[in-house]
Amino acid sequence: MIKSELVAKIAAQNPHLYQRDVERIVSTIFEEISAALARGDRVELRGFGAFSVKKRAARIGRNPRTGEAVRVAEKAVPFFKTGKELRERLNAGNPNAGNGE
Amino acid sequence: MAQQTLTRAHLSEAVYQEVGLSRNESTALVESVLDAISDSLVAGEPVKISSFGSFQVRQKSGRMGRNPKTGEEVPISPRRVLVFRASHVLKDRINASQGGK
Repeated sequence: MIKSELVAKIAAQNPHLYQRDVERIVSTIFEEISAALARGDRVELRGFGAFSVKKRAARIGRNPRTGEAVRVAEKAVPFFKTGKELRERLNAGNPNAGNGE
Repeated sequence: MAQQTLTRAHLSEAVYQEVGLSRNESTALVESVLDAISDSLVAGEPVKISSFGSFQVRQKSGRMGRNPKTGEEVPISPRRVLVFRASHVLKDRINASQGGK
């Protein structure tokens, strides 16, 4: 499912809304999450999952082709942890799976 | 600056501000969007949101794990896990604004 299909699905469930409003709603949600992560904040959506930003320290990497050492700057990477409810739904019928990470 | 945690309430508020709907309806729409994403993933279909990222379900096979505290071997059953890959747009945005904070 891509974003336009997501918009179409929500629009079909809400025939009283204009499609362009549904598009703004969906865009607003992802924009809010992105903006929060860009500020270094966490986004916690119980049952669905949590987005956070993890820091990766600067390190000396190696060019795998030449073996040459290269400095890799410190950077921040977005991270998503699946929520408990969604993890359980993904493994419905297999109650032993989905525990732990 | 202290780290903050964004929740559903913030997303609903943003949708409420952006589109002229009631607060209740804004809240319900945020939930519908998260449900639509979850349903697609539970059905095994990936969700791709341009300039944000993609969610994909991976099948993990069973394996023997080890309780790191006791050293005891424990079976890990086959399971489905959700992985999120942030788009380059989102990664760049996080690094641009934080400067590797």
